[in-house]
Amino acid sequence: MRLNKQTTRWRDKKLVVSGTTSHARVGDVFVAPLEVAYPYKRTVGTLLSRFFTSLSECRLEGTRGSDGRVYFPPAEFDPLTGEQLSEWVSLSDTGTVTTWAWQSTPVEGQPLAHPFAWALITIDGADVPMLHAVDAGSPENIAVGTKVKVRWAEDRPGGVTDIACFDIMGGAS
Amino acid sequence: MALRDIAIVGTAQRPSEVNSTFTSVEILLPVIQQLLDKVGIERSDIGFWCHGSCDYMSGQPFSFVSAVDAIGAWPPIIESHVEADGALALYEAWVKIQTGEVDVALVFSNGKTTSGPIDQILSLQTDPYMVAPLKPGFDALAALQARACLEAGVVTERQMAEVAARSRRDAHNNAIAFTKGNESVEELLAMPYTMNPLRAHDCATPVDGCNAVVLAAGDIARRLAERPAWIRGIDHRIDTQRLGARSMIESSSAAIAAQKAGVGNDRIDVAELHAPYTHQELLLRNAMGLSESTHINPSGGALVANPAMAAGLARFAEAAESVFAGSADRVLAHCTSGPMLQQNLVCVMEGE
Repeated sequence: MRLNKQTTRWRDKKLVVSGTTSHARVGDVFVAPLEVAYPYKRTVGTLLSRFFTSLSECRLEGTRGSDGRVYFPPAEFDPLTGEQLSEWVSLSDTGTVTTWAWQSTPVEGQPLAHPFAWALITIDGADVPMLHAVDAGSPENIAVGTKVKVRWAEDRPGGVTDIACFDIMGGAS
Repeated sequence: MALRDIAIVGTAQRPSEVNSTFTSVEILLPVIQQLLDKVGIERSDIGFWCHGSCDYMSGQPFSFVSAVDAIGAWPPIIESHVEADGALALYEAWVKIQTGEVDVALVFSNGKTTSGPIDQILSLQTDPYMVAPLKPGFDALAALQARACLEAGVVTERQMAEVAARSRRDAHNNAIAFTKGNESVEELLAMPYTMNPLRAHDCATPVDGCNAVVLAAGDIARRLAERPAWIRGIDHRIDTQRLGARSMIESSSAAIAAQKAGVGNDRIDVAELHAPYTHQELLLRNAMGLSESTHINPSGGALVANPAMAAGLARFAEAAESVFAGSADRVLAHCTSGPMLQQNLVCVMEGE
């Protein structure tokens, strides 16, 4: 069936707003794959931009809240007063486990493909812990209070996964 | 402004199942019809319809719209949807009746929890930059909370196993429940960890299910039910989404919601707590100040049947039924949402 002119114009308009990257025209037919995805790009704002840039450069930076507590990952707004936070604090790449759980069967996309520990980790110099993975080898090697150190990912596009995981300091015993 | 007296006057629930092949309409339609028959009203008597479900579970935006087929949209109706548990839909319906615009509302919720990896799907609710990219499941996050509680001495593994043993035993008396068992605490403690320090029985059973309740105001409620469950207090509070900034060993939002709902004003006969993990029931009991005399989760609770987005409204249905039956005078219904008890809705109901 031949499409009339009006339909063709509508179709061309759709082509412009399409979020897919691999659409094409095959003869008179518009073809696009069904991509189950969220194909939008967005800016992350001033705080996350600085934070993600610092991670890609292998640096840890937190922000200081109104009560003096240092947040890592940084808080954009004070959790107590709601005010925008602007005081940045440089931190070391080591920290302490405050609680942990053992993922014996990792799921695709998690930080490690072999069994590992989830942990809340308070980075040295920070006061509020963050979630990440610890490559502990076995649950016997980790406890509350275990000292850990950042293992940087080789590929660091800017994001929380620039930290590949944490290693136990002194090696897993 | 004086608040209107509003009560739950009827409930209906579908027995839990797994790997169901029904659509949301197919499972909701008979439950809603059953509820209307029980209460003795027609569709045209309902002034407001409110639905709770989660599009992430079907993987389709606006998939909830199809559920309208289960209630019928002609002649035109007033309806709303929350991307949340049906208990939050009940809260919206309660507010709607408070406005005076309507007198009768039907609240319903459904969840086909077992058609996907619910543990991973729910973790899409977490912070999209700092947490979600790591793909922690809800079980893992709950396990972090449990460890913190164990280390602080707020709960013990034995107490957690006691919660599981009691829930699995009570499930025998509940046609809606899915997981049932008669294991002793020792037998449960001998089971291996699945997400150390959690064992399989410490985690809720994901099931497919749906339920519905009718709310009505004043004398209409008295006409529709012999003994309505009057809502005396209802409150919803949320902790920070920043996981590390929350106390792992207490639930401040549950404590505030319970206080605002008036839980401590008198004894509570029955408390239906939406605790998807054993240690969370213990945290909630502490936060709400529930005493030993309160019967906790006679239904078996979410541990034995946790239809995502319907398990909270199920707690309201179970608590209200105990008022209808006359077995309780003052009851508590609770719904949680988000990882590690992030959100808590608490409601106190009484018989007259």
